Amino acid sequence: MLSKEEIKFEKITAKNLPRESLISPGHRACQGCGEILAMGMVMKAAGPNTIVANATGCMEIVTSPFPETAWRVPWLHVAFENTAAVASGIEAAIQMLYKKQKIKEKPNIIAFAGDGATADIGLQSLSGALERGHNFLYVCLDNEAYMNTGIQRSSSTPYGAMTTTSPPGKKSIGQCTWKKNVAMIAAAHNIPYVATASPGYHLDLMNKVRKALAVDGPAYIQIFSPCPTGWRSKPEQSITLAKLAVQTGVFPLFEVEYGRFKITQKTKELKPVKEYLQLQRRFRHLGEDDIAYIQERVKAEFERLKALASLDA
Amino acid sequence: MGKDVLTGVHFLSGNHACAEGAIAAGCRYYAGYPITPSNEIAERMSWRLPQVGGIYIQMEDEIASMAAIVGASWGGAKSMTATSGPGFSLMQENLGLAVMTEAPCVIVDVQRGSPSTGLPTLVAQADVMQARWGSHGDYATISISPSSPQECFDFMIKAFNLAETWRVPVVVLSDESIAHLSERVVIPDKSEIKTVSRKVATGPKEGFLPFKAGDDLVPEMPIAGSGYRVHVTGLTHDERGYPDLSHRVHEQLVPRLVNKIKQNADKIIEYEEFMLDDAEVVLVTFGVSTRICRHVVKRARMDGLKLGMLRLITIWPFPEQRVIKLAEQVKALVTVEINLGQLALEVERVVKGRTETYLIPNAGGEVHDPDMVYARVKEIAQKS
Repeated sequence: MLSKEEIKFEKITAKNLPRESLISPGHRACQGCGEILAMGMVMKAAGPNTIVANATGCMEIVTSPFPETAWRVPWLHVAFENTAAVASGIEAAIQMLYKKQKIKEKPNIIAFAGDGATADIGLQSLSGALERGHNFLYVCLDNEAYMNTGIQRSSSTPYGAMTTTSPPGKKSIGQCTWKKNVAMIAAAHNIPYVATASPGYHLDLMNKVRKALAVDGPAYIQIFSPCPTGWRSKPEQSITLAKLAVQTGVFPLFEVEYGRFKITQKTKELKPVKEYLQLQRRFRHLGEDDIAYIQERVKAEFERLKALASLDA
Repeated sequence: MGKDVLTGVHFLSGNHACAEGAIAAGCRYYAGYPITPSNEIAERMSWRLPQVGGIYIQMEDEIASMAAIVGASWGGAKSMTATSGPGFSLMQENLGLAVMTEAPCVIVDVQRGSPSTGLPTLVAQADVMQARWGSHGDYATISISPSSPQECFDFMIKAFNLAETWRVPVVVLSDESIAHLSERVVIPDKSEIKTVSRKVATGPKEGFLPFKAGDDLVPEMPIAGSGYRVHVTGLTHDERGYPDLSHRVHEQLVPRLVNKIKQNADKIIEYEEFMLDDAEVVLVTFGVSTRICRHVVKRARMDGLKLGMLRLITIWPFPEQRVIKLAEQVKALVTVEINLGQLALEVERVVKGRTETYLIPNAGGEVHDPDMVYARVKEIAQKS
């Protein structure tokens, strides 16, 4: 759906930042969890008139058990593979209630799922929901492995990373495949809005959520979510990592608005990936050759993204 | 190459023992998907299999995991997966494919509190019926249930041997307690471990009938790439393996698939008898509950109560003949299981009123309290 149309939305700035936190403190997330931080930002941008469907995963576990229940909006825990499908059902029911004038205002519908629940087991259900065109936002909180079950690799785990099921050693470098690019897969569905975001850039993240909720139809946002527990990084460096991933081009920020690609990060001259890799013990077994290999790939991917963005400039 | 049999005395969890048992049995292919409380099996396989020239693959979900091990089995490898209740549910369609195509493989189901997400980190034994009837249609498979890490090791070898002998998927019904319990595990010398491999087709390639079975109802299995022309399908197929969608062929195929387990049940079934000779009341149990029941029986005997235990090693096929014989001797059969009455239904079915039957249920999350079981058993003994 290529269109020159601009998405109209209420912009968030440092001055009008929503005060209300819809995920209350006192939840069970680990120190320095980038994922809960990102989810809190999404909810701030979305506001209280929101229904959440949440896949099984860290965020479900840390925010739901009584008395640490953190949600201040209606919340539905689903299984692992079906977040987008359940959100589809919620959306269809809301549409019907609205049509019958049982409700005056349509609430936002947000599906939260981790990278495993999105890139692996839930990909089919996500694709189905995007194809059917439900008016909802799917947020993938991408911490690059199955952290809830004990740091097993997913198809979103980056090349070379150590996890409990991609152990590095004589026979293996660790994760031996490249990270699956689900944002591009979502964009291939020709939905109105796709974006990547990082909690290191909170205003950018929140405005992307506002845009995603403003469009009529499905929207997909993939949020980079540092995980000190799984990445073997220092909890106080989560934001540093969230920024470095963007600045090195490991996780570039972009959006696809009605089919038009746009790079949304200020850093166009990338920093060396080594600066990002060396802060995480999941990469500590990598040698200079391996790092050079990753650097080459990151550069090539960023060039490709720039070429896509130049198509509609 | 690393060692495939780690001979020696170890301190292992049930899950790690499962992985070592599988490797000792000759398993060289693992496909799986993360799920609590089975993860340690996958984790150990991911570093052990490459050492012994095997393959570890992490799939995108349990549907794919089960399908991959069916493929690997037809490729000639001893293959397995491990999961828990919710993942086992997703595997059911392809488990039916394994049954229909007679692909030997092993599935470890580390049971947890259920239904749905339930109690991911806590014990249950509520997948008894899912292991029997989870896939659609009429079929028969084998399920066995360990009660200690040592048995996890031993029973994995047993599971692969059964799968290879009868060309069926074999379900190892472990549970969260056994999976995360660490105990002494003795791994014997490689020469002492008896492993069985499938009957491989070696006859003439011309006119070969891949699904023609002998008296034991188990056909010889051609290995992909060995020169036999093979057509494998989940559709109803004739002896050549070609789909024949008729009542006549269906009436031959499906009963054979069921009968190869039913007719050979005596060769498959194993159970353990504990103080049964003069028992008046008998506890029927399996898996982790065996440990509680054994304790209760010992305690009852000290108090002069004639209690015994029939512990099922093979859950499916159910040891019908043994239970019938027992029902004729004793005053009551008491099923102890961490569910609301699944194995108990089988006991009732075969006992047919020959004796009193009782159930001591437990919805899951904890094993039975031995005091509670003993108190209940005393009540039952007084009544009978």
